[in-house]
Amino acid sequence: MSGQDGVRPAPHPVSRVASEAQTSERDGGTAVAGTDAPSGRRVRGPRSAPGVPEGQSTSVAAPAVAVPAVDEENTETGWRRGLAGSLAFLRRRMTGEYQVDDFGYDADFTDHVVVPPLKVLYEKWFRIETVGMENIPDTGGALLVANHSGTVAVDALMTAVAVREHHPMRRALRMLGADLVFQTPFLGPFARKMGNTLACNPDAERLLSTGELVAVFPEGFKGVGKPYSQRYRLQRFGRGGFVTAAMKTGVPIIPVSIVGAEEIYPMIGNIKPLARALGFPYFPVTPTFPLLGPLGMVPLPSKWIIEFGEPIPTTGFGDNAADDPMVVFNITDRVRETIQQTLYRLLLRRGHPFLG
Amino acid sequence: MAGRIVLVTGVTRVIGSCLAGRLAAHPAVDRVIGVDAALPEAAARARMGSADFARVDIRNPLVARVIEAAGVDTVVHASASSTPASSAARTMAKEMNVLGTMQLLAACQRSDSVRNLIVRSTGAVYGASSRDPAIFTEEMSARSVPSSGPGRDAIDIEAYVRGFGRRRPDVRIAVPRFAEIVGPTVVTPLTRYFGLSPAVPMVLGRDARLQFVHEHDAIGVLEHLALGDFAGTVNVAGDGTMTLAQAIHRAGRIPLPVPSVGLDPLSRVMRTLRLGGFSSGQVKLLAAGRVMDTTRLRERVGFAPKFTTVEAFDDFAAALRPVVTPEVVRRVEVRVAGTIGVRPLPDTPAIGAADRAADSVVDVLLADHDAFGGGDRAGAAAGYPGDTRPKLVGIDGHASGTPRRRRIR
Repeated sequence: MSGQDGVRPAPHPVSRVASEAQTSERDGGTAVAGTDAPSGRRVRGPRSAPGVPEGQSTSVAAPAVAVPAVDEENTETGWRRGLAGSLAFLRRRMTGEYQVDDFGYDADFTDHVVVPPLKVLYEKWFRIETVGMENIPDTGGALLVANHSGTVAVDALMTAVAVREHHPMRRALRMLGADLVFQTPFLGPFARKMGNTLACNPDAERLLSTGELVAVFPEGFKGVGKPYSQRYRLQRFGRGGFVTAAMKTGVPIIPVSIVGAEEIYPMIGNIKPLARALGFPYFPVTPTFPLLGPLGMVPLPSKWIIEFGEPIPTTGFGDNAADDPMVVFNITDRVRETIQQTLYRLLLRRGHPFLG
Repeated sequence: MAGRIVLVTGVTRVIGSCLAGRLAAHPAVDRVIGVDAALPEAAARARMGSADFARVDIRNPLVARVIEAAGVDTVVHASASSTPASSAARTMAKEMNVLGTMQLLAACQRSDSVRNLIVRSTGAVYGASSRDPAIFTEEMSARSVPSSGPGRDAIDIEAYVRGFGRRRPDVRIAVPRFAEIVGPTVVTPLTRYFGLSPAVPMVLGRDARLQFVHEHDAIGVLEHLALGDFAGTVNVAGDGTMTLAQAIHRAGRIPLPVPSVGLDPLSRVMRTLRLGGFSSGQVKLLAAGRVMDTTRLRERVGFAPKFTTVEAFDDFAAALRPVVTPEVVRRVEVRVAGTIGVRPLPDTPAIGAADRAADSVVDVLLADHDAFGGGDRAGAAAGYPGDTRPKLVGIDGHASGTPRRRRIR
């Protein structure tokens, strides 16, 4: 339907109105000044349409008089709307008309720049399947704890897309990242704009107590940078700081098991001197990288399954339980065991890593 | 109980002089003495209202005599941690800030009459680094302690103030830590930086979150603390944050990302060519950014800033001459859309009827702004062509209408 509207001129005003009835719902009552123009297509140029006044573009530029009900103009569909949306996005960038929250989360940027390409990767490349989305609450805080793998932290991005695009409330996932992420030029501000923040207890507790969904990958670089031979074997889970944060704010922990990320960049070697020289935690060698150069950076199209497990409550352990190392270690172990067992189960279910 | 007798330092500056004027007009205050090493200009003198002025350098023991003779019970050290008007005055600023504060504290310690001490500090005490937590509360300390600059001075000043507090536990001490103060009147290195035109340099690959407080709110907080009963440290900032690139865009300028090694040469070249100056150290500090938690300000101090971070910045930016206005951007968007044959989406209803209604309120209130002599900023008077809106110039209790230039959707 996207092509039709663009190629074929409307045969009769009545039929155009009929087609608008379908699209106007989705347009959500947005209106543009200058609704006197007979058709949306005429914006292309005054030359082709003598009926349209010369100052078409300036009449649109004039302060928009909102006429919410009249929606004759927005008959654009598909890529046209996409293009117009991109232009509007660029305009907002140029004028600074957007909002960031205290952590630097820029929803406008995330929705328009980050998510669209990731969605393609999510749907077409990795064919990601989610299980147990109903375990993520519609409102209120929860701490998602996931395994980490894949040489490059693509699994974190995909988990964020899963929650953002496939949860009924399309919730934003606020991930906690390593120091290195926020120190790196370009990557640091980019990660902040996506709503992520530094993995430290004050930030985690602040996000959780304001009812946000927070995700943490306690394995950190040990998980992402582990050799392919150790795939799907959970590394150590740090000092359990994430459990303390969840207990202090009284939110449940949702174990997340990600199958598929291990195969995207199978790490068969690690050039340690180069890693040290560059300040990276590891320098990966995969079957294609650095052998094929930039082409080696294309991830292998493995089949993914992300399972959101049943929430593990963190309340009811008595007063000051968050300061009791025994309780914290027990919950940490329980979360870790749950994820490990789920990984084995999902691996059996998935079968071949690349087919399906 | 007799009214308060207040000493305010730094009355040649905007914040000090406005505060002195506000306090002098307050019914609970009997007398306000403004002190500074230099004579205030006519505009600053006008802002001081009925406050007295004494030309005393706070580094001089004479200030103790002033406190004693007048029986001052409240000292507001408003010139502490105030940023120097130019980076060349940096050494001088350190002298004034740290040594001046030491002398003033020594004078207060001797005095029997002083019961309240307010010392202005800055959020720079938290430092700025990528390893910082996203939001600083008053209990946190810098992860990367500033080794020089205003942050270092403020840390030293706060240490001296704590020492004073130990020796004089009977004195109530309040230390507000301000975010960067912006507004139509104040002039700081930061306001000068955003005044660069048409492009404003920033560090390539960095875009930090910033927080601003409006000059009106800054003065309000100091007044509130001087006459209230809060003791302790408190963060002062407008609600919300904005990023540096966003701020540059909202000021109608173009961000110019420069690799951090190129900032020093660029600033030198620009200064040589007299294109306007900026300090590369300041730009690098802006690259990390800093956000403070203001829960204590609202709940314990009981002060709610009238301007959010974005509103404060917009009010400041309205006095700049924009290079790229939202209208120009919109026109370009419409033209590009026309060329590629798509219909542009409607503009945000920002420049709509609501703002014009708000302006008419400002119109009425603007009558008493003339008392402030048009403010210190030279550019404020210029305005930009085609803008029929009156400017919010100067500060007073009435000018708290709706000062937004644009509204965020």
